[in-house]
Amino acid sequence: MTHENKLWQWAANVFMMAVSLACLLPFALLVISSFTDEQAIISNGYSFFPKQFSLTAYGYLLDQSQELLRAYGITILVTVLGTSVSLVITSMLAYPLSRRDIPLRNPLAFFVFFTMLFNGGLVPTYLIYTQYLDIKNTIWALIIPGLLMNGFNVMLMRTFFITSIPVPILESAYIDGATEFKTFRSIVLPLSLPILATIGLFQTIGYWNDWFNGLVYLTDPKLFSIQNILNRILTDIQFLSNSGLGSNAGQSMAKMPSGTVRMAIAVVGVIPILIAYPFFQKYFVKGITIGAVKG
Amino acid sequence: MEQTTGNKGKVAAAAPQQAKQVAKSNVKKKQFKRYLPLFLMMLPGLAYLIINNYAPMFGLIIAFKNINFAQGIWGSEWIGLQNFEYLFKTTDAYIITRNTILYNGGFIILNLVIAVGIAILLNEIRSKIMARFYQSVVLLPFLISMVIVSYLVYAVLSIETGFMNKTVLPLLGLDAISWYSEAQYWPYILTIVHVWKSVGFYCVVYLAAIIGIDQEYYEAATLDGASKWQQIKSITLPLISPVITMMTLLAIGRIFYSDFGLFYQVPMDAGALSDTTNVIDTYVYRGLMQLGDIGMSSAAGLYQSLVGFILVLLANYIVRKINKDNALF
Repeated sequence: MTHENKLWQWAANVFMMAVSLACLLPFALLVISSFTDEQAIISNGYSFFPKQFSLTAYGYLLDQSQELLRAYGITILVTVLGTSVSLVITSMLAYPLSRRDIPLRNPLAFFVFFTMLFNGGLVPTYLIYTQYLDIKNTIWALIIPGLLMNGFNVMLMRTFFITSIPVPILESAYIDGATEFKTFRSIVLPLSLPILATIGLFQTIGYWNDWFNGLVYLTDPKLFSIQNILNRILTDIQFLSNSGLGSNAGQSMAKMPSGTVRMAIAVVGVIPILIAYPFFQKYFVKGITIGAVKG
Repeated sequence: MEQTTGNKGKVAAAAPQQAKQVAKSNVKKKQFKRYLPLFLMMLPGLAYLIINNYAPMFGLIIAFKNINFAQGIWGSEWIGLQNFEYLFKTTDAYIITRNTILYNGGFIILNLVIAVGIAILLNEIRSKIMARFYQSVVLLPFLISMVIVSYLVYAVLSIETGFMNKTVLPLLGLDAISWYSEAQYWPYILTIVHVWKSVGFYCVVYLAAIIGIDQEYYEAATLDGASKWQQIKSITLPLISPVITMMTLLAIGRIFYSDFGLFYQVPMDAGALSDTTNVIDTYVYRGLMQLGDIGMSSAAGLYQSLVGFILVLLANYIVRKINKDNALF
């Protein structure tokens, strides 16, 4: 029996090592390529063992650092603002829906729930936001459409409120004369930090990674988030220097080490998440489990 | 109430009832006053749902109109089913439906098999540190945006400088392949990329289900001399099958929706690949943003919304039949 167990341990570990390598190697290729000499890439391609290392790509990006920093600024602004507003309006909608005594509880819950079953899709959404709300080429385009709040999070939070906030506490607060807002702010929210943290984390990742809204609603490169810049550069490597955004706009194209710059800019885009991941990994896993079980 | 005051004969009889009604409306008033703050709290969220979700639902009528930007959604001229006639006359309608369903169907099966397999192995690993390390690594791709993923794919598949063409294929003695213009490879590429990116997510879900299984079953089985393989087959798999069923049915309910990023970003929007990379979502996007063919685009969008809705209802109905607790509604 112990023999069988040992064999299993071995087999499981070897297999999982292989799986882990498969997950990590593409990132390794990306990072190593970004430090490779442009000439080495032209002759040998992207490789795990480059013939010659070089920092030229990062030097080039440093010249464009103004644009990249602005894009990062926009990403951070959008993420912070979007996540905060999202948590506020999600919890403010979820809490009344969790109250057993509120009139119209079921119709309102259905109103929220129905958005999870049926949606209008891209074309009408685009027309509403551009024709009626004039959101095109504004910073709101990165914050509001699709991402700000969704029925799923509202339902998730509502379930948490129902199961974790004892009704007697709410009743005694009411008898003591606390207003609804006060009860919500000083009793309900402090008791709900776990779900706020979970949804906050997923909203943060959602905003940080979003490129779709920028693709659809933005044409002005000045408003691009880091994901939008990456998105543009993927198909148009000249974008940084051509857009008029570049501090050295008009600099000769021949100088740009396009093969490595491409990889370097992706590294710049992905590195913050890779660094932060170990710290929030636990909550991320927990959040997925909650979402899937309660979905 | 006006009637009772107007008809004297009935006043006496109606008086108690009237009092009751007044009391009732007082209660209502009080209730209204009491719950007004709660309704005010809901206002921003409800307003957002109206703008972001309900307005576009009504906006779906655009599929029956000839869109005219100057007149907006409501003002444009009705043209009945013309958009749908055009759409379903093209081969596009067939191709995007086929691609969407085949890809998503394949994804559902592969995600299930691979994720359950990995979850079972992860659960076997005794070293807590290693188990956590493996789980974090497998989940990492799920965390990355699709734009970054397409850079990773580009590093491997780039025609001039990709790892495949410059290292792997020469090693095997094969000729370079121009990946971004040959459609026949993409079903495999997209499937690999999708599984690579999302299997970690399903793995976490199944692992949570496996961890939830009572250890006593395994202890009893071990005492009876059951091998690991037998234990997996007769304890683990049956006990996580409710979760498997639920996840699979929910995925089937969403089979008409694809991951836009996967089909748009990863093939780098290459037109030559559209035969095997075009799905409903990318078709709708291209019609709207690139081709200006809003009629077809909105018809395809409505087609997706409606069939998607029916499938969600159907999937949920089946989940409900199997296990009421797991149903969405």
